[in-house]
Amino acid sequence: MSDLPPWLAFFTFTSVNVVFVTAGCMLIGITGGTLGSFAYLRKRSLLGDALAHAALPGVCVAFLLTGTKDPLVILLGSVAACWLGAITIDAITAYTRVKEDSALGMVLSVYFGVGVLLLTYIQQSGNPNQAGLDAFLFGEAASMVQRDVWTLAGAGGLACFCVVLAYKELKLLAFDPDFAHSLGFNRRLLEVFLSTLIVIAVAIGLQAVGVVLMAAMLVTPAAAARYWTDRLGVMLLLAAGIGAASGFMGAYASYLAPRMPTGPWMVLAASALFFLSMVLSPRAGIVPRLYRHLRQRRRTAEENVLRTLYLLDERRHRPDGHFSLGEVIEHRPMPLGTLRRVLLRLERNGRVRASSVGLFTLTESGRARGERLTRLHRLWELYLTSKLDIAPDHVHDDAEEIEHILTPELEERLLAALNHPETDPHARVIPGLRSRSEEP
Amino acid sequence: MSETIWIILIGSLVASSCALVGCFLILRRLAMLSDAISHAVLPGIVLAFLISGGVGLLPALLGAGVFGVLTVVATDLMQRYGRVQSDAAIGVVFTVFFALGVVLISALSGQVHLDAEHVLFGEILYAPFNTWTVLGMDIPRAAIIMGGVTVLNIAFVILCYKQLKVCAFDPQLAASIGISVVFWHYALMAAVSMTTVASFESVGVVIVVAMLIVPANTAYMLTDRLGWMLILAVIAGILSTVGGYALAALLDGSIAGAMATVSGVLFALAALFSPTHGVLIRRRRALRLEPSDPNIGQAGP
Repeated sequence: MSDLPPWLAFFTFTSVNVVFVTAGCMLIGITGGTLGSFAYLRKRSLLGDALAHAALPGVCVAFLLTGTKDPLVILLGSVAACWLGAITIDAITAYTRVKEDSALGMVLSVYFGVGVLLLTYIQQSGNPNQAGLDAFLFGEAASMVQRDVWTLAGAGGLACFCVVLAYKELKLLAFDPDFAHSLGFNRRLLEVFLSTLIVIAVAIGLQAVGVVLMAAMLVTPAAAARYWTDRLGVMLLLAAGIGAASGFMGAYASYLAPRMPTGPWMVLAASALFFLSMVLSPRAGIVPRLYRHLRQRRRTAEENVLRTLYLLDERRHRPDGHFSLGEVIEHRPMPLGTLRRVLLRLERNGRVRASSVGLFTLTESGRARGERLTRLHRLWELYLTSKLDIAPDHVHDDAEEIEHILTPELEERLLAALNHPETDPHARVIPGLRSRSEEP
Repeated sequence: MSETIWIILIGSLVASSCALVGCFLILRRLAMLSDAISHAVLPGIVLAFLISGGVGLLPALLGAGVFGVLTVVATDLMQRYGRVQSDAAIGVVFTVFFALGVVLISALSGQVHLDAEHVLFGEILYAPFNTWTVLGMDIPRAAIIMGGVTVLNIAFVILCYKQLKVCAFDPQLAASIGISVVFWHYALMAAVSMTTVASFESVGVVIVVAMLIVPANTAYMLTDRLGWMLILAVIAGILSTVGGYALAALLDGSIAGAMATVSGVLFALAALFSPTHGVLIRRRRALRLEPSDPNIGQAGP
């Protein structure tokens, strides 16, 4: 076994310590992701950040009272301080004119300041036990032992179990607190319940990944999961999965480079997953959105050229005119290069035919398309003038946009609403109507 | 003796410069952005140490400043193009930067002697000993820097008072009368970054957050006028410094921590006892209103 390279040896899980650290980090990720999702949906993602800082005085007081660094004592201390912090935030926003972001920031900085004061006080007091108390700021995941993992599993499991039990209520609170209130749920009680669960998630992670990085485990996996789904259940599972994956990657990174702390790597892994989601997710990612946008723009450019050729035809009262680039541009100004590219694409699609001397003419399918666009354009102009009383000289620009968007169903509805008209507000014939009504 | 005066002076300068920009920060509901900036500057400081090869002050300020502005820009870009809600965007950005900073520190632990704890907590106690000689006098470096920042902030607030005010209270009006909300947002953020970065050395980043937000909110509890709010915030900040120094001397603890503690106490007092918006006065007003107001008394069954 020992001759395996480190990057493989990790996966044999022969070292008990590795198993504990990995399991612990994954548990933190799962709990953080699950509860962070609710914080995200309540638009209170930074609550975790504030509460994580607020835990410091609790740790100090617990140490001052008991004189030990027992994980359970420290955990109880931080839970108590976090909880007090959450109550303070709620009280400030409920009873004073101070806004929520200020309340978060004040609790964060003042509690932390008190914590720093107490910490320095303890350090001056010369208690030999105090060494390493401040480790909790940055976290020491590598020092996790079996007992820590059981504590994590117990508290994290309890929090997740509570989410499952109160799923419906929490869902209601996340999406429509006012509706929850009107249904007879006690809104304040639900808020406190959710805060308590978040407090548990924060407190159990603090000793492993530290204050700031615990805040990240509450925000980042949830924000990443949000990109992939609109359903709460799926989002919770995804966020927990992303949290677990980042925990695993963090543990792996710090195994490969033992001097590296686990927490920051966990956060970097979670952030990498977040940025991947932000860029690539098919639903809301930047690249797919950009692609859809560009495709739409390309189609609009093509349709504009088709319609221009159709209008030029219409003006000559001849269905198969040959036009030069100059004529098209004269009618609809656009850069020459763009027009060339668009015409090339249209030619490939069989909508336009090029004749030998650099002139272009519509094919049968191109003509049908141009006719349909012109019909939609004029129908919409008519609709705006007759139904919405907009002056005829104000409707062109609007129609110019909507002609690319209207669906056949909407076209039918427009025709019905306008009683199958024949001309538009400018007394031009709406094309392709008579032939269609004669078809059946 | 003179050290005490220097410490209180530096603390007061930090508190005043923070309070001035803090007022606009909380009015624009961007309080948590200061927390984000203050954490996100860590990699900037580390990189500056690495590149300049020493514990130079100017590179550190520069590196931190770059990352402070980067945080604001990245948050904005993520909101605009990534469609992330603002609180989550702030949370993601600053934690990434902070994690990056901690990783850099661990990776370079052999090469740079940089104590992350020192950056976070700061220790104003040592500030008087690091001096620059100006006009033949030994003046603490921190006092000169913070003095400069305070003057800049005062000038910024006075010269741009109208623009900052209208952007803080009514961005739509600002836009309609031709004041660029985006420009003033970035100007304010640049001021916040500069103040944060200049203060971190003497008081530590988390305490900067306290000085930015808490005195401003204390003043917000006491008045409805922006001019008074700025003045009261500066006073509350200076009181926190003096009180913090006394408390720290009493407990033999961190002055920065004590400053934050006292500022919190001052806010609590203002929130409870403010004659205009205090919790107690509002409760008393509500109680007094009930029996004397005939409409309220007879409305119920």
